[in-house]
Amino acid sequence: MAVPKRKTSRSNTRSRRANWKAEPVALSTCPQCKAPTQPHQACPSCGTYKGRHYAAAERTEHQG
Amino acid sequence: MPTPTKGPRLGGGPAHERLMLANLATSLFEHDRITTTEAKAKRLRPLAERLVTFAKRGDLAARRRVLTVVRDKGVVHRLFTEIAVDMQQRPGGYTRVTKIGNRKGDNAPMAVIELVREPFSPKQATVKEAEAATKRAATKSAAPAAEAPVEAPAAAAPVAFVDGGFGADSAAPLEDGSAPEGFTVKGNKDSMKYHTTESPWYDATIAEVWFRTPEAAEAAGFEPAGGEKAQGVDEA
Repeated sequence: MAVPKRKTSRSNTRSRRANWKAEPVALSTCPQCKAPTQPHQACPSCGTYKGRHYAAAERTEHQG
Repeated sequence: MPTPTKGPRLGGGPAHERLMLANLATSLFEHDRITTTEAKAKRLRPLAERLVTFAKRGDLAARRRVLTVVRDKGVVHRLFTEIAVDMQQRPGGYTRVTKIGNRKGDNAPMAVIELVREPFSPKQATVKEAEAATKRAATKSAAPAAEAPVEAPAAAAPVAFVDGGFGADSAAPLEDGSAPEGFTVKGNKDSMKYHTTESPWYDATIAEVWFRTPEAAEAAGFEPAGGEKAQGVDEA
Protein backbone atom coordinates (compact mmCIF):
# COMPACT_ATOMS: atom_id res chain seq x y z
CA MET A 1 0.00 0.00 0.00
CA ALA A 2 1.27 3.45 -0.88
CA VAL A 3 2.20 5.53 2.17
CA PRO A 4 3.38 9.16 2.50
CA LYS A 5 7.16 9.47 2.54
CA ARG A 6 7.23 12.65 4.65
CA LYS A 7 5.27 14.02 7.56
CA THR A 8 3.07 16.94 6.47
CA SER A 9 4.61 20.08 7.91
CA ARG A 10 2.65 22.43 10.17
CA SER A 11 3.01 25.05 7.49
CA ASN A 12 1.48 22.84 4.80
CA THR A 13 -1.32 21.74 7.09
CA ARG A 14 -2.15 25.31 8.04
CA SER A 15 -1.94 26.69 4.52
CA ARG A 16 -4.32 23.95 3.37
CA ARG A 17 -6.77 24.65 6.16
CA ALA A 18 -6.58 28.40 5.59
CA ASN A 19 -8.85 27.86 2.61
CA TRP A 20 -11.67 26.31 4.65
CA LYS A 21 -14.05 29.22 4.87
CA ALA A 22 -17.59 29.45 6.14
CA GLU A 23 -20.07 31.17 3.87
CA PRO A 24 -22.58 33.59 5.36
CA VAL A 25 -26.16 32.27 5.38
CA ALA A 26 -28.36 34.07 2.87
CA LEU A 27 -31.12 35.91 4.72
CA SER A 28 -34.30 37.62 3.67
CA THR A 29 -37.06 39.31 5.64
CA CYS A 30 -40.35 37.60 6.41
CA PRO A 31 -43.13 39.68 4.79
CA GLN A 32 -45.45 38.60 7.60
CA CYS A 33 -43.51 39.25 10.81
CA LYS A 34 -40.37 41.06 9.46
CA ALA A 35 -38.07 38.58 11.19
CA PRO A 36 -34.99 37.41 9.26
CA THR A 37 -35.62 34.14 7.44
CA GLN A 38 -33.86 31.98 4.91
CA PRO A 39 -35.23 32.33 1.39
CA HIS A 40 -37.42 29.48 0.04
CA GLN A 41 -38.19 28.30 3.57
CA ALA A 42 -41.10 28.80 5.93
CA CYS A 43 -40.36 31.56 8.47
CA PRO A 44 -39.05 30.03 11.73
CA SER A 45 -40.57 32.76 13.90
CA CYS A 46 -44.15 32.86 12.56
CA GLY A 47 -44.28 29.73 10.39
CA THR A 48 -45.69 31.35 7.26
CA TYR A 49 -44.59 30.75 3.69
CA LYS A 50 -46.31 32.47 0.75
CA GLY A 51 -49.33 33.27 2.89
CA ARG A 52 -49.75 29.70 4.17
CA HIS A 53 -49.07 28.70 7.76
CA TYR A 54 -46.89 25.74 8.79
CA ALA A 55 -46.91 25.08 12.52
CA ALA A 56 -44.08 22.55 12.11
CA ALA A 57 -41.77 25.33 10.92
CA GLU A 58 -42.01 27.40 14.10
CA ARG A 59 -38.97 27.31 16.37
CA THR A 60 -38.80 28.21 20.05
CA GLU A 61 -35.65 29.40 21.80
CA HIS A 62 -34.82 25.88 23.00
CA GLN A 63 -35.17 24.26 19.61
CA GLY A 64 -32.39 26.45 18.22
CA MET B 1 -29.33 0.47 -19.37
CA PRO B 2 -32.41 1.50 -17.38
CA THR B 3 -32.65 5.14 -16.36
CA PRO B 4 -31.64 5.54 -12.72
CA THR B 5 -34.25 6.80 -10.26
CA LYS B 6 -34.15 10.55 -9.63
CA GLY B 7 -33.20 11.63 -6.15
CA PRO B 8 -31.45 9.85 -3.31
CA ARG B 9 -32.01 6.16 -2.47
CA LEU B 10 -33.83 5.49 0.78
CA GLY B 11 -33.49 2.68 3.31
CA GLY B 12 -31.37 -0.44 3.21
CA GLY B 13 -32.51 -1.96 -0.08
CA PRO B 14 -35.08 -1.82 -2.86
CA ALA B 15 -37.77 -3.56 -0.81
CA HIS B 16 -37.14 -1.27 2.15
CA GLU B 17 -37.32 1.76 -0.13
CA ARG B 18 -40.64 0.62 -1.63
CA LEU B 19 -42.05 0.06 1.84
CA MET B 20 -40.94 3.48 3.08
CA LEU B 21 -42.44 5.24 0.07
CA ALA B 22 -45.67 3.25 0.37
CA ASN B 23 -45.96 4.14 4.05
CA LEU B 24 -45.28 7.81 3.31
CA ALA B 25 -47.93 7.83 0.57
CA THR B 26 -50.46 6.16 2.87
CA SER B 27 -49.84 8.74 5.59
CA LEU B 28 -50.07 11.58 3.09
CA PHE B 29 -53.46 10.47 1.75
CA GLU B 30 -54.70 9.83 5.27
CA HIS B 31 -53.66 13.15 6.81
CA ASP B 32 -53.37 15.49 3.76
CA ARG B 33 -50.16 16.94 5.16
CA ILE B 34 -47.09 15.23 6.60
CA THR B 35 -43.77 16.47 7.94
CA THR B 36 -40.73 14.50 6.80
CA THR B 37 -37.20 15.05 5.58
CA GLU B 38 -36.65 16.96 2.38
CA ALA B 39 -35.14 13.91 0.64
CA LYS B 40 -38.13 11.70 1.44
CA ALA B 41 -40.60 14.42 0.46
CA LYS B 42 -38.89 14.80 -2.90
CA ARG B 43 -38.96 11.05 -3.52
CA LEU B 44 -42.59 10.81 -2.42
CA ARG B 45 -43.90 13.58 -4.66
CA PRO B 46 -43.79 11.79 -8.06
CA LEU B 47 -45.27 8.62 -6.53
CA ALA B 48 -48.10 10.46 -4.79
CA GLU B 49 -48.97 12.47 -7.91
CA ARG B 50 -49.13 9.28 -9.97
CA LEU B 51 -51.49 7.73 -7.45
CA VAL B 52 -53.74 10.82 -7.58
CA THR B 53 -53.81 10.51 -11.37
CA PHE B 54 -55.04 6.94 -10.96
CA ALA B 55 -57.61 8.11 -8.43
CA LYS B 56 -58.91 10.70 -10.91
CA ARG B 57 -59.43 7.95 -13.45
CA GLY B 58 -61.52 6.28 -10.79
CA ASP B 59 -62.27 2.85 -12.33
CA LEU B 60 -61.74 -0.53 -10.71
CA ALA B 61 -58.49 -1.21 -12.56
CA ALA B 62 -57.06 2.09 -11.33
CA ARG B 63 -58.18 1.28 -7.80
CA ARG B 64 -56.38 -2.07 -7.93
CA ARG B 65 -53.22 -0.42 -9.24
CA VAL B 66 -53.29 2.01 -6.32
CA LEU B 67 -53.93 -0.83 -3.87
CA THR B 68 -50.62 -2.42 -4.86
CA VAL B 69 -48.88 0.59 -3.26
CA VAL B 70 -51.30 1.85 -0.63
CA ARG B 71 -52.45 -1.31 1.18
CA ASP B 72 -55.05 0.37 3.39
CA LYS B 73 -58.48 0.15 1.75
CA GLY B 74 -59.87 2.94 3.93
CA VAL B 75 -57.16 5.32 2.77
CA VAL B 76 -57.67 4.30 -0.87
CA HIS B 77 -61.38 4.95 -0.46
CA ARG B 78 -60.65 8.42 0.87
CA LEU B 79 -58.25 9.04 -2.03
CA PHE B 80 -60.82 8.01 -4.65
CA THR B 81 -63.93 9.61 -3.14
CA GLU B 82 -62.63 12.80 -1.49
CA ILE B 83 -59.20 13.74 -2.80
CA ALA B 84 -59.80 12.83 -6.46
CA VAL B 85 -62.96 14.97 -6.51
CA ASP B 86 -61.03 18.03 -5.32
CA MET B 87 -58.28 17.40 -7.90
CA GLN B 88 -60.63 16.96 -10.87
CA GLN B 89 -59.99 20.45 -12.30
CA ARG B 90 -56.27 20.52 -11.50
CA PRO B 91 -53.95 19.61 -14.40
CA GLY B 92 -51.19 18.03 -12.28
CA GLY B 93 -49.26 19.55 -9.39
CA TYR B 94 -51.34 17.80 -6.76
CA THR B 95 -48.75 18.07 -4.00
CA ARG B 96 -46.74 20.91 -2.55
CA VAL B 97 -43.40 20.62 -0.72
CA THR B 98 -42.45 23.46 1.64
CA LYS B 99 -39.06 23.55 3.36
CA ILE B 100 -39.23 24.24 7.07
CA GLY B 101 -35.58 24.38 8.12
CA ASN B 102 -33.29 21.83 9.74
CA ARG B 103 -34.21 19.33 12.45
CA LYS B 104 -32.59 19.63 15.83
CA GLY B 105 -30.52 16.57 16.62
CA ASP B 106 -29.19 15.55 13.24
CA ASN B 107 -29.59 18.87 11.39
CA ALA B 108 -31.52 17.12 8.61
CA PRO B 109 -33.37 19.52 6.29
CA MET B 110 -37.09 19.00 6.91
CA ALA B 111 -40.09 19.69 4.71
CA VAL B 112 -43.87 19.58 4.79
CA ILE B 113 -45.51 17.76 1.87
CA GLU B 114 -49.24 18.36 1.46
CA LEU B 115 -52.03 17.75 -1.00
CA VAL B 116 -53.13 20.91 -2.81
CA ARG B 117 -56.87 20.70 -2.20
CA GLU B 118 -57.80 24.36 -2.61
CA PRO B 119 -60.17 25.10 -5.51
CA PHE B 120 -58.19 25.32 -8.71
CA SER B 121 -57.70 28.82 -10.14
CA PRO B 122 -55.61 29.06 -13.29
CA LYS B 123 -52.98 31.78 -13.38
CA GLN B 124 -54.40 35.05 -14.71
CA ALA B 125 -51.76 35.27 -17.44
CA THR B 126 -52.76 31.83 -18.71
CA VAL B 127 -56.43 32.77 -18.63
CA LYS B 128 -55.77 35.93 -20.64
CA GLU B 129 -53.75 34.00 -23.18
CA ALA B 130 -56.53 31.43 -23.58
CA GLU B 131 -59.17 34.13 -23.90
CA ALA B 132 -57.15 35.96 -26.56
CA ALA B 133 -56.78 32.71 -28.48
CA THR B 134 -60.54 32.10 -28.30
CA LYS B 135 -61.22 35.64 -29.51
CA ARG B 136 -58.85 35.22 -32.45
CA ALA B 137 -60.53 31.97 -33.39
CA ALA B 138 -63.98 33.57 -33.00
CA THR B 139 -63.22 36.56 -35.24
CA LYS B 140 -61.82 34.26 -37.91
CA SER B 141 -64.90 32.08 -38.01
CA ALA B 142 -67.31 35.03 -37.58
CA ALA B 143 -65.97 37.05 -40.54
CA PRO B 144 -67.73 35.07 -43.29
CA ALA B 145 -70.93 34.80 -41.26
CA ALA B 146 -70.97 38.45 -40.18
CA GLU B 147 -74.32 39.23 -41.74
CA ALA B 148 -76.26 36.36 -40.24
CA PRO B 149 -76.28 37.18 -36.47
CA VAL B 150 -77.68 40.73 -36.89
CA GLU B 151 -81.15 39.58 -35.97
CA ALA B 152 -80.12 37.45 -33.03
CA PRO B 153 -79.53 40.23 -30.41
CA ALA B 154 -82.89 41.80 -31.25
CA ALA B 155 -84.64 38.52 -30.65
CA ALA B 156 -82.86 37.96 -27.35
CA ALA B 157 -83.51 41.47 -26.02
CA PRO B 158 -87.15 41.17 -24.85
CA VAL B 159 -86.34 38.19 -22.63
CA ALA B 160 -84.12 39.91 -20.05
CA PHE B 161 -83.22 36.69 -18.25
CA VAL B 162 -84.31 33.11 -17.76
CA ASP B 163 -85.06 31.89 -14.26
CA GLY B 164 -82.04 29.97 -12.96
CA GLY B 165 -84.08 27.54 -10.93
CA PHE B 166 -82.87 28.78 -7.54
CA GLY B 167 -85.48 31.37 -6.54
CA ALA B 168 -86.42 34.80 -7.80
CA ASP B 169 -82.94 36.28 -7.44
CA SER B 170 -81.30 33.68 -9.67
CA ALA B 171 -80.95 33.58 -13.44
CA ALA B 172 -79.61 31.22 -16.04
CA PRO B 173 -76.66 32.65 -18.00
CA LEU B 174 -77.36 34.24 -21.38
CA GLU B 175 -76.56 32.33 -24.53
CA ASP B 176 -73.03 33.70 -24.72
CA GLY B 177 -72.41 32.87 -21.06
CA SER B 178 -72.45 36.48 -19.86
CA ALA B 179 -74.46 37.80 -16.95
CA PRO B 180 -78.01 39.14 -17.25
CA GLU B 181 -78.20 42.76 -16.07
CA GLY B 182 -78.06 43.17 -12.30
CA PHE B 183 -76.64 39.71 -11.65
CA THR B 184 -73.05 39.70 -10.44
CA VAL B 185 -72.59 36.57 -8.32
CA LYS B 186 -71.51 33.41 -10.12
CA GLY B 187 -72.76 30.03 -8.94
CA ASN B 188 -71.40 26.55 -9.66
CA LYS B 189 -74.17 23.95 -9.61
CA ASP B 190 -71.78 21.00 -9.22
CA SER B 191 -69.92 22.21 -6.14
CA MET B 192 -72.84 24.33 -4.86
CA LYS B 193 -70.46 27.23 -4.29
CA TYR B 194 -70.73 30.86 -5.33
CA HIS B 195 -68.19 33.51 -6.30
CA THR B 196 -68.61 37.26 -5.74
CA THR B 197 -66.71 39.84 -7.76
CA GLU B 198 -64.14 39.93 -4.93
CA SER B 199 -63.36 36.24 -5.31
CA PRO B 200 -59.83 35.42 -6.45
CA TRP B 201 -61.36 32.75 -8.71
CA TYR B 202 -64.10 34.98 -10.13
CA ASP B 203 -62.64 35.27 -13.62
CA ALA B 204 -61.85 31.57 -13.75
CA THR B 205 -65.35 30.50 -12.81
CA ILE B 206 -67.90 29.64 -15.45
CA ALA B 207 -71.30 30.66 -14.13
CA GLU B 208 -73.92 27.95 -14.42
CA VAL B 209 -76.35 30.15 -12.54
CA TRP B 210 -76.24 33.87 -11.69
CA PHE B 211 -77.42 35.54 -8.48
CA ARG B 212 -78.27 39.15 -7.70
CA THR B 213 -76.61 39.07 -4.26
CA PRO B 214 -74.49 36.68 -2.18
CA GLU B 215 -77.43 36.47 0.24
CA ALA B 216 -79.66 35.12 -2.52
CA ALA B 217 -77.04 32.49 -3.33
CA GLU B 218 -76.81 31.57 0.36
CA ALA B 219 -80.58 31.26 0.56
CA ALA B 220 -80.53 28.87 -2.42
CA GLY B 221 -78.15 26.60 -0.51
CA PHE B 222 -74.89 27.76 -2.09
CA GLU B 223 -71.73 28.17 -0.04
CA PRO B 224 -69.04 30.85 -0.45
CA ALA B 225 -66.13 29.27 -2.38
CA GLY B 226 -62.99 29.19 -0.28
CA GLY B 227 -64.84 30.49 2.80
CA GLU B 228 -66.57 33.77 3.50
CA LYS B 229 -63.33 35.69 3.85
CA ALA B 230 -62.24 34.90 0.29
CA GLN B 231 -65.58 36.14 -1.03
CA GLY B 232 -65.65 39.37 1.00
CA VAL B 233 -68.93 38.40 2.65
CA ASP B 234 -69.64 39.35 6.24
CA GLU B 235 -70.38 36.48 8.59
CA ALA B 236 -74.07 35.84 8.46
